[in-house]
Formats: sequence, C-alpha cells, structure tokens
Amino acid sequence: MSYKIAIASGKGGTGKTSVAVNLYHFLAREFTGNIQILDCDVEEPNDLLFFTEHKQGLQETINQLIPEIDAELCTYCRNCSEYCEFNALTIIPPVKFIQVNDVLCHSCGACSVACTEEALKEVKHSIGTVTNYDLGLGKGLLEGKLRIGSAMQTMLIKELKSRADSNCDILIFDAPPGTSCSVVQTVVDADFVVLVTEPTPFGLHDLKLTIELMKDLNKDFGVVINKAGLGSGETQEYLVQNNIEILGEIPFKREFAELYAEGLLGDHMSEDLKSDFIKIVNVLGQKILVNEGNYHS
Amino acid sequence: MKEITILSGKGGTGKTSFTAALASVAQNAVLCDNDVDAADLHLLLQPKVMESFAFESGCYAIINDESCSGCGLCYENCRFKAIDLHENGSYSVNTFLCEGCKLCERICPEQAVSTKVNNNNSWYISSTRHGVMVHAKMGPGEENSGKLVSKIRSKAKEIAKENNADFIINDGPPGIGCAAISSISGTNLVVLVTEPTKSGLNDAGRLVELVKSFNIPVVGIINKADINRTISHQLETFFYKNNISLLAKVPFNRQWVESMVAGKTIVEFAPESELSQQIQNVWKSITEN
Repeated sequence: MSYKIAIASGKGGTGKTSVAVNLYHFLAREFTGNIQILDCDVEEPNDLLFFTEHKQGLQETINQLIPEIDAELCTYCRNCSEYCEFNALTIIPPVKFIQVNDVLCHSCGACSVACTEEALKEVKHSIGTVTNYDLGLGKGLLEGKLRIGSAMQTMLIKELKSRADSNCDILIFDAPPGTSCSVVQTVVDADFVVLVTEPTPFGLHDLKLTIELMKDLNKDFGVVINKAGLGSGETQEYLVQNNIEILGEIPFKREFAELYAEGLLGDHMSEDLKSDFIKIVNVLGQKILVNEGNYHS
Repeated sequence: MKEITILSGKGGTGKTSFTAALASVAQNAVLCDNDVDAADLHLLLQPKVMESFAFESGCYAIINDESCSGCGLCYENCRFKAIDLHENGSYSVNTFLCEGCKLCERICPEQAVSTKVNNNNSWYISSTRHGVMVHAKMGPGEENSGKLVSKIRSKAKEIAKENNADFIINDGPPGIGCAAISSISGTNLVVLVTEPTKSGLNDAGRLVELVKSFNIPVVGIINKADINRTISHQLETFFYKNNISLLAKVPFNRQWVESMVAGKTIVEFAPESELSQQIQNVWKSITEN
C-alpha cells in the first residue's frame, strides 16, 4: 500500500507546487526512490516546469462518454431528458428536435438506462490527457492536463489518480486551489494532507475554509506556513490556539521567489532553504514510518 | 453597461487585490465575487449584507438500510464511485463524491435510494463603500460552483440595470475549469493579472486560449514585474502576439500585503503612492477601451 500525501491550500499562489515538488525531490533523495508525484491541478499543471531534466513517456487521451441519439430510432418519448439531472438533453417531440449539450453532460449514464429503444449510445469525447514523465529521480511524474474548454476537471483527476503506480511506497498529489469538488477528489483517499498557507488575511481566511473541509472529510493534516514574515502573526496564533500541527515554516525571501520564477527548486536552492524543506520532509518521514509500523503490526 | 472580469489562470497573482483597487477608483459600479469557493474580496470591502439567499447545488443520494436488499446494483453502476461497500455487506453513499445524477435511485429494485437536496451554499446582496456587491459562500467540498457563479453574475447584472450602473467588476476564480468558464461566458472584457514566473506564463497562455474561444477581448497587467525581467519580457511578447494591450507593469511591493492586513484597498491605504497612480491609469484605459 502506498502512503498518500496530498498538498492543498484553499488560496492560490501560496506555494502548493513548490512544496509538492520539493517534497518529492527530498523524499526521493533522503527516504525512498520508490515515489511518484501526480499533478492533480489539471486546469493549470505546473509541476513539470520544476524538473529541468525530464523525458516524456506514455501519453494517454482521457475521454468522457457523451450520449449520441439516433434520430431514426428515437421515438421522442423524452425519457432520457427526464432522467438527465443536468439538463444536458433537450428533446422537443412536435418538431422532432434533439440536442445534446456536452458542456452540461456529467457522463453519469442515466440516459442510457432511460432509453428503451436503443436509440442512444454513448461516444467518447476528449477531456484531456494523462502523461508520464521520467524525472531522473524517483518513479517520476504523472500529469493530468485538462483540454482547454472542458469543464470536467474533477473527472480527469479521478482518471489520473486511477493510473497512479500503486507499487510505490509514497504517492504525492498536488491539488488545485479552492475547496470545491476537484479538491475533494484529490484528497479523498490521502493518508495525510499538507496544507500550504501564507500568513496574510486572504491566506488565513482560505486556510480556515480548507481546514473545515479536512475535518468534514476526516483527514489527518498539518500546515506549512510559506512566506513566513509577510503579513501578521495571526495565522500562527490561530493554528496554536486550535491545536493544529505546524509542519514547518519557509521564510519569505526574494531568493525563493526568483528561483520559483525560473522553475529552479530542489538542488538549485541555497543550503538555508534546503534545510527548511528537509525539516518538513523529516516530520513527514516520521509519519510514514509510524504508518508502516501500524500496518505491519 | 460593461462587464469586466479579472482573471489569471494561476492563483495568487493578485486578482482580488486589483479588483478591490479598481472598485475603489470606479464610479457607479456593481461588484461581484466570482471566486465562490475561496472568496476573499469581502475581506477588503467589508460588505454589509442586505439580503441573503440559499443556493441549491444539486443533490445527493441516501440509501435506506431497511429496504436495501444488498444486491449491489447501485455500487456496480455508479460512475462516480460514490457508493461504498462495507464489510458487513451494507452499502452507503459518499456524499462528497455523489454528483446527484439519480441513476442509483432509478435502477434500485427495492426503491431503497432517495435524494436529498443540498442547501449548503448561500449568496448575498450587500452594500460596500464602493457600491453594491453580490457574493457567495460555498459549503466546503460542494459541486456546481459554475452554476453558483452564473447565478450571482445574473443578479449583479439585474442590479446594475436597475441602478443604471456603468460597470460590473467581477473578481474571477483561478484555473480554466467550470468556474472559470462560467465567469468568462458573456462578459465584455477580461483583465488578465499575471506574474513573470514560468507558471504564470504557462497558465496565462492556457487562459488566453480559453477566453479567445469565447471571442472576448483581453487586456493585461504584469504584477510583481521585477521578480524576473526575462520572463516579464516574454510575457510582453506573448501579449503583443495575442493582441493584448499591456495596461501596467507593477513592481513587487509589500504595501499590497500591508493594505490587506489593514482591510483596505491599496488606493485607500496609500492614495499618494505610485501604485495608486498606476491603478488610476489602468481604470482609465479600461473605461476608454
């Protein structure tokens, strides 16, 4: 069984990708090479930018099933459109009008159960790709990339995750920002969630929403405070008062922002920055060992 | 009346800070926070709620254990893997994964599945010192954020018409998925706020491709422009090639965070600063565009 770590944040731009990529790097280096990273921010996947020496492997197109109705066989009974909870099917019997709206379709399959005339079949429409990359370290990156114009990000995340290498000791899931269904899909099976925040009013507000979500989902989680020193001390106070584990802090430094801009993390960072991340890696490493202990006993 | 939407692709580039800043220099505008699942605009504008509404965001299934025969038909047919099979042979619905398609309810031979409507979202009409604001609060983990965005945008339009407002300013969500699509569709102008990082450039590219598919004009702002001059230059080239006018290059400035801590827009916090002057100029170009 892989130990699954998800990286989430609520607010965008707090440093999820930086933390995810560096955790992968240092866990692979210090802990186990049997580790894979999944870029679940399929709307804007960026993990790859931080691995300068990557080689593309297999790429797979991911499809959703969308109904197609054969006007010859259709009796215009409207069962399919009544079964569709997402208003994706419009059937107007008097004028023999049939319309399928693929942006609204959730590919649930209810319409194909509804049709008794075999007039409806489901056909594949691309929602994006899943691509494997060799990173020269660990088992590599599996990246989901949403087709521009598709609104099926949550489905793509599910398909991406089903392709993870389950023989890995550790899987890292880099989540999209926000607190909606795509974040749930990313963290739902995680053993531990790392919440990355910045100590600003926006950061704290969205962190609270994300903590609420983690509690609803019954997730074990801890917080990394990135850009520490910016804003006010309110975030630390809140975490201490609510007994929430602080996994580590990364001080706000222009150097880090500049390296991030260039896509240079991991070994490109100064010893100071590296040690900030290695501290977090050690905290997580302990959790993984405890989990393995529980698993074997 | 003109509807303006602030977007970025990448999160954390400064959408909300710019939206609030523009709100404080705009006259006669209605404000709307389209980033419904991590809404922050209210932290700068401190809206006073005048009316609040519940938003039904679809529904989810529940299985009645007493009528369930344990046949597993729902489990086999659910495409969202939202039905859990327990060790004792019973089934239950994971409400976080359920999309409320009712397939299970329709095929259950024992009529053991029913549907519950989700009322976990609210939206509000509020007053702020810079005009009426329409905003929302999503329950954690909710679906249909796209529908909620459409709902509050249409209300903002209604109010703008009633009040003869000249502008609607929308604070958009990050990404390019359902929420972003709902905030782009039918708007009159997209203001792209980006930053000179590889991720910022990459994400802006994907966003612009999406916005272009709607045939909506885009103007650009480069925030934190001095973080990386090479990528900043690449962004300018990208704007030029895509016919996006560059409205401002704004250097990194801690005053943004200081104003946020003070609960003010940058224009209120540092009215005499060069930053505020840049915001005035941006608004001028938008209104003349």
